[in-house]
Amino acid sequence: MATEIINNNKRKSTGFDVNKIRADFPILKEIIHGKPLCYLDNAATTQKPQAVIDTIVKYYTSQNANIHRGVHYLSELATKEFEDARIKVKDFINASSEKEIIFTRGTTESINLIANVFNKAILKDGDEIIISAMEHHSNIVPWQLIQDQKKIKLRIIPIDDNGEIIFDEFIKLINDKTKLISIVYVSNSLGTINPVERIIEEAHRHNIPVLLDAAQAIQHIKIDVQKLDCDFLAFSGHKIYGPTGIGVLYGKEKLLESLPPFQGGGDMISKVTFEKTTYNELPYKFEAGTSNIADTIGLGTAIDYVSQIGLEKISLHENEILDYATESLLQIPELSIIGQAKHKSSVISFVFDNIHPHDAGTFLDFEGIAIRTGHHCTQPVMDRFNIPATSRASFAMYNTKEEVDVLVKGIKKLIEVFN
Amino acid sequence: MDAELKELYQQVILDHNKNPRNFRKIENANHFAEGYNPLCGDRLNIYVELEGGRIKDISFQGSGCAISKASASLMSSIVKGLPVEEAERLFEKFQAVITGKINDEENIEQLGKLAVFAGVKEFPSRVKCASLAWHTMIAAFKQEDKSVSTE
Repeated sequence: MATEIINNNKRKSTGFDVNKIRADFPILKEIIHGKPLCYLDNAATTQKPQAVIDTIVKYYTSQNANIHRGVHYLSELATKEFEDARIKVKDFINASSEKEIIFTRGTTESINLIANVFNKAILKDGDEIIISAMEHHSNIVPWQLIQDQKKIKLRIIPIDDNGEIIFDEFIKLINDKTKLISIVYVSNSLGTINPVERIIEEAHRHNIPVLLDAAQAIQHIKIDVQKLDCDFLAFSGHKIYGPTGIGVLYGKEKLLESLPPFQGGGDMISKVTFEKTTYNELPYKFEAGTSNIADTIGLGTAIDYVSQIGLEKISLHENEILDYATESLLQIPELSIIGQAKHKSSVISFVFDNIHPHDAGTFLDFEGIAIRTGHHCTQPVMDRFNIPATSRASFAMYNTKEEVDVLVKGIKKLIEVFN
Repeated sequence: MDAELKELYQQVILDHNKNPRNFRKIENANHFAEGYNPLCGDRLNIYVELEGGRIKDISFQGSGCAISKASASLMSSIVKGLPVEEAERLFEKFQAVITGKINDEENIEQLGKLAVFAGVKEFPSRVKCASLAWHTMIAAFKQEDKSVSTE
């Protein structure tokens, strides 16, 4: 049975060899509570391939220096590695220039950056920002922080019972006070892939810029920012097999030029006197202080790794796993899936009639299965579906159908003990 | 089940989870508090009827995991009839056991039925599940008629 599934994987996905990929991720060999690790918490963070780990070790072992102003060999080497990573990101999302790639700590900081500079330069009392009912807290709270200073309004696109945004309601929210539409590409708690092309098109009809939270999209969906025509895009390195603490804010060059700096400090200036400071050019204007150099270079390696395999092949495989998991979980009568959008990425949230997600999480942990339980930083989504929390399994390129079987077996055992 | 997991989910806990005792509202309760655990979004209402410094009746309502539900159920069964001070002392001991501060057999045995929660100490993320009902009850004694958070 097991070999049959493996062979299937090889045959169907044209050159996508999941076992070869698994061998690149050392952590997948770990034994947890006496069972092989079945890691299904990829929407929280993905595991790292050996190549990424090696890059970071190599950097600190033989390349470490501060970047940009050093004239010595190591500083020039580190600067080159760092700027190469920027080019890799640029190519990966097809931005038109490296100037449009700003390194941040992650998606959250990217969104906070935009919220901060919009607050400084654009937003006035009475202005409105549109977000959706399925946003992560990181695309809710930064806007609420502005509300402490200004009377801006957050308008929320409602979602239906399947977990899809109601497009007609979105259109009704747009008016001449709307200054930005900031929306999640793929929901981290429901798996919904939002119709971002349509949203951007509609927004641009009214000359409103769009910020996409691509934290859960970047690792699953091929993104071309020029084709999408989004104005800003935010994502985190650690969700795409890279290190934590490094993220990206993409922004159209013209827009970034027009916006004031986020933080002040070294690297973001071109000339400082006590009377006046002139700011550095893009992208450095938005990168104050010494950057997270090692992890930026690590992110570059992660992007190389993903590109070598091919995001199309990866998403084909992940969709196969998602379909198989959805089918398998629907066979369990005590379980319901939350979020049944037509277009979904590799996230399944589920609840049980009589079992709390935290009991499920602890129980499955002892089967070696890592899933996430709780509100997934989307409390308004939980309120919308009138549930306190869900259990969530989320898949990455290295997951297999056998692991879905392990999950299903674990859930059946859980139900036996708790019901 | 794994031995450590069995320690956490003892049969008594599973039983109280399925059939919680005192799971109702006391209409003429003179003390009330609402407990909230932001980690899991669990909410728990505790109703107490105090008479002459004693717990004449106590009940709870709400949603939660097996640990928090069983804890509320067992707590309510055990403290019913006790003077308030004694319930408070019991809570201190209970808290010390589930956080692993008290680890000797004798002290754990003194907890009686509550000793089934001793396994919680191996699961730091679940300590708050076990203590939510107790924190809420203490708040109810003080008539803090507001939401109590474990954070």
